[in-house]
Amino acid sequence: MIENFDLTMVNWARAQFALTALYHWIFVPLTLGITWIIAFYHTIYYRTGSEEWKNLTRFWMTLFGINFAIGVATGIILEFEFGTNWSNYSWMVGDIFGAPLAIEGIFAFFLEATFFAVMFFGWNRVSKKFHLFSTWMVAIGSNLSAVWILVANAWMQRPVGQVFNPDSARFEMNNFAEVVFNPIAVSKFTHTTSSSMLFASLFIISISSWYLLKGRHEKMARRSIMVAAVFGLVSSAFVGFTGDEAAYEVAQHQPMKLAAMEGLYKGEEGAGIVLMGMVDSDKKIGDDQDGLSFKIKIPGILSLLANRSSGSFVPGIEDLVYGNPDHKIMGVDDKIVKGKIALTQLDAYKKASKNGDTAAATAALTMFQANKEYLGYGFLTKPEEAVPPVGLTFNAFHLMVALGTVFPLVFLAFLYFSWKDTLKEQKWLLKGGTVMVFLGLFAHWSGWIVAEVGRQPWAIQDLLPVTVARTNLTAGTVATTFFMFLILFTLLLIAEVSIMLRQINIGPKEVSE
Amino acid sequence: MIAYWIQTASHAQLQGLWWFLCSVLGSLLLFLFFVQGGQTLMARVAKTAEERSLIANSLGRKWELTFTTLVTFGGALFAAFPKFYATSFGGAYWVWVLILFTFIIQAVSYEYRSKPANVLGTKTFDTFLLINGVVGVLLIGTAVGTFFTGSNFTLSSYNFVTWTSSLRGLEAAFSLFNLSLGLFLVFNSRALGAMYLINNIDFKGVEEFEERLRTSTLKNFLWSLPFLAWFLLQILPMDGFAIGENGEIYRQTWKYLFNLVEVPALALSLVAGLILVITGVVLTAKTEAKCGIWSSGLGTVLVGLTVFGLAGFNNTAFYPSKVDLQSSLTIYNASSTVYTLQVMTWVALAIPCVLAYVAYVWWLMDSKKMSVAELSNPDAGHMY
Ligand code: HDD
Ligand code: HEM
Ligand code: HEM
Repeated sequence: MIENFDLTMVNWARAQFALTALYHWIFVPLTLGITWIIAFYHTIYYRTGSEEWKNLTRFWMTLFGINFAIGVATGIILEFEFGTNWSNYSWMVGDIFGAPLAIEGIFAFFLEATFFAVMFFGWNRVSKKFHLFSTWMVAIGSNLSAVWILVANAWMQRPVGQVFNPDSARFEMNNFAEVVFNPIAVSKFTHTTSSSMLFASLFIISISSWYLLKGRHEKMARRSIMVAAVFGLVSSAFVGFTGDEAAYEVAQHQPMKLAAMEGLYKGEEGAGIVLMGMVDSDKKIGDDQDGLSFKIKIPGILSLLANRSSGSFVPGIEDLVYGNPDHKIMGVDDKIVKGKIALTQLDAYKKASKNGDTAAATAALTMFQANKEYLGYGFLTKPEEAVPPVGLTFNAFHLMVALGTVFPLVFLAFLYFSWKDTLKEQKWLLKGGTVMVFLGLFAHWSGWIVAEVGRQPWAIQDLLPVTVARTNLTAGTVATTFFMFLILFTLLLIAEVSIMLRQINIGPKEVSE
Repeated sequence: MIAYWIQTASHAQLQGLWWFLCSVLGSLLLFLFFVQGGQTLMARVAKTAEERSLIANSLGRKWELTFTTLVTFGGALFAAFPKFYATSFGGAYWVWVLILFTFIIQAVSYEYRSKPANVLGTKTFDTFLLINGVVGVLLIGTAVGTFFTGSNFTLSSYNFVTWTSSLRGLEAAFSLFNLSLGLFLVFNSRALGAMYLINNIDFKGVEEFEERLRTSTLKNFLWSLPFLAWFLLQILPMDGFAIGENGEIYRQTWKYLFNLVEVPALALSLVAGLILVITGVVLTAKTEAKCGIWSSGLGTVLVGLTVFGLAGFNNTAFYPSKVDLQSSLTIYNASSTVYTLQVMTWVALAIPCVLAYVAYVWWLMDSKKMSVAELSNPDAGHMY
């Protein structure tokens, strides 16, 4: 079906996607979270008419605006990268994948773009009420865009609502509702939005802690910390809850990803969850070593989380690769055989149809249909290719969860000392507070690394490996654009950070009392 | 009734509808390029930092709209004509990458140009805006030109694209025809930009700036004429790409003239569009009127509809291949399935709603004009 692929090109294209996505993801969580907080501040201003709240609203708005610009710049690249670097993918699943992107434009981006202008420039132009309405619309618009892009991403993790059409050799949508209400999309959306709220709270805590350390804008900083700590605490609870839901979905539909997340090579009944551990870099799939050179486990919990039953069996990487008849798990070897049958029969079907040989076409089609579930495996050359990078996935997952445990404690500490009114004396807490935003970013990046690296080699789970999703380009071409984007984005990021720091230094306008 | 139509329409009807909707988005984009055109006026037509700042703040309230229309145009093509999306973006790689590049640098420039500590300096960001206005629009024009001149690709039996020119799309910029369409768009968007600014700015204190903008409108319109004329003179007798009885593609002389004659709506929209563009320019250059943008803007949309219509309707291949005729894309062989188009048509019912709130907000925000006084008022809100 696709003759020979250039692995170097594929790797450059992956690197380029990861680069642009990770840059995009510096700005996205802040946008998603802080627009709600700005809307909240704006509402208080609307209710009280207090200049102080107005200045606060405008201060966070300015920081948001600086951030927004670069989020837009990186977003457009992501959207068109599907066409430029992954054009075979775009053609094969455009019927399904294109729809959410178009809907995102029509429903979300226009809302954002239109009301964004009112929110920033409407202070003296529109009524107070309409102005407030616009600020809320920006928050809603941003989060609506998250819905649709995550529907698209979730579909790649679990391709529902589609059939393969052998005549056009592509995947076609047959149930839009299934695509939209994909359980993975639901868990992704709730987890992403709540972790973005958490991130925005950390952002505010960081800046406010810095003000308190410097003894500037103290009243505003205290007020902001109260708001952020409450928002942060509530969203932490949601993050944990939705993260658990996400892990359950992964366990049900992407067992290989789950095994990689936990570094679990040999499946277990009543499997334990790894609290802390280190991946053994010498471990080869199929040898006798344990995957982790050091670990602290809590028994039974992984089974409980993955299957909602503490004694249940959680398959390991080796069970999934080599098969485990006791638990009715088919090995990748067998799947590759079936996948290859599907591919050759598809070719035979196309040839026979072209020559008008209906009998041969029907026979080939029947064989194809019986094996099409394993289509993607036909492109693999050896079973071990079905395993994602374990170390990266494991470390990213554990970093995210560890940070997810630390953050609520941080918020609690800030709340406690705010309540005691001794926050200014807690230099250690304030110092720690200033770096929280970076930890938040690492947690977010880790999350995406788990989700995306953990599903390798698949662009679409079990159906299409990334090697087939690519465009016919030379590695040099993609490497060139990789560096173009790297240099440009880095330059813009430097400008962004510098502007942002200056604005933070200037701070909100103070009301003379 | 609408529901009934959507559920019973034939595949071909839906494909026609979606080509029309994509054309509408594309044509609106050509109008909204007044933002890009306006950006290019910052270099010469504006003489002082204050005038440049007026331009930036006036356009700064609209650039997102143009940007979003571009993104949605891309998304709509992806959803409705995925084979085109895959073939063109994956094939004509360099053209698209360069176009995207000019839009990345635009997206940050408004916000960063006048902020303290912006590292690169106001001048650099204003240059970014200039590059976006000239190169971005020019390249998009040449890319649209390939709808008529064809591109260098072949598709395998699994529809995987192979591009036969190592320039990966940039070769399109070496065709005089494509270039003239691009240059026409550049000058047209400059004229539109000037007219928009006249409409949007309160010139109290900078009356002479208004005069310069009015002169610029006329000049840029006159500059656009030879390129438009060349485009029209070339396109009519051209060997077009026609779809035969059983779907095979063949070259047909005078194809696009036939399209104009056989689909009178296209001819009508071209003539009406040109008249409206000229009316707007004359109103702006010869009278005190401020509404030229609306006439010329609508005119641009109509001309755009003609261009896209000529390319895709009346059994014409809209993304033809020069090297392998039968690889050419038509709205029939490049589209999504009936089911997807139906779903998307349901979604499209929201478009009038979107247009309505965009128009309402536009009206609301513009009922008070951008003025010099506002630039220096610290309480006016965000400033670029
Ligand atoms: C969960 C949310 C989320 C996710 C997963 C993504 N984005 Fe994003 N995107 C946003 C949330 C968002 C946003 C919050 O709505 C942004 C960020 C900053 C902004 O301006 O809007 C945005 C901006 C943004 C823009 C500019 C929109 C405009 O014109 O205003 C585009 C074209 C994209 N994104 C496209 C993508 C693509 C193709 C993605 C996937 C690969 C993607 N985004 C992932
Ligand atoms: C904002 C949403 C997304 C983010 C943040 C994101 C993030 C990532 C990350 C971190 C990688 C890892 C690359 C690596 O280390 O190899 C990756 C790879 C990739 N992602 Fe995503 N992804 C997102 C959405 C999507 C979507 C919607 C697609 C749809 C096509 C997609 C397709 C891919 C592909 C094809 C790769 C390359 C294969 C690879 O991982 O090596 N991603 N992405
Ligand atoms: C409390 C513990 C947490 C658990 C159990 C958890 C669980 C998960 C899981 C299982 C995934 C992978 C989903 C998939 O592959 O489809 C994921 C993804 C993600 N996580 Fe977490 N997470 C936690 C905390 C956090 C925190 C603190 C943040 C950021 C502040 C965060 C941000 C993300 C992001 C952005 C993604 C990618 C989007 C997605 O796939 O949903 N998570 N999380």
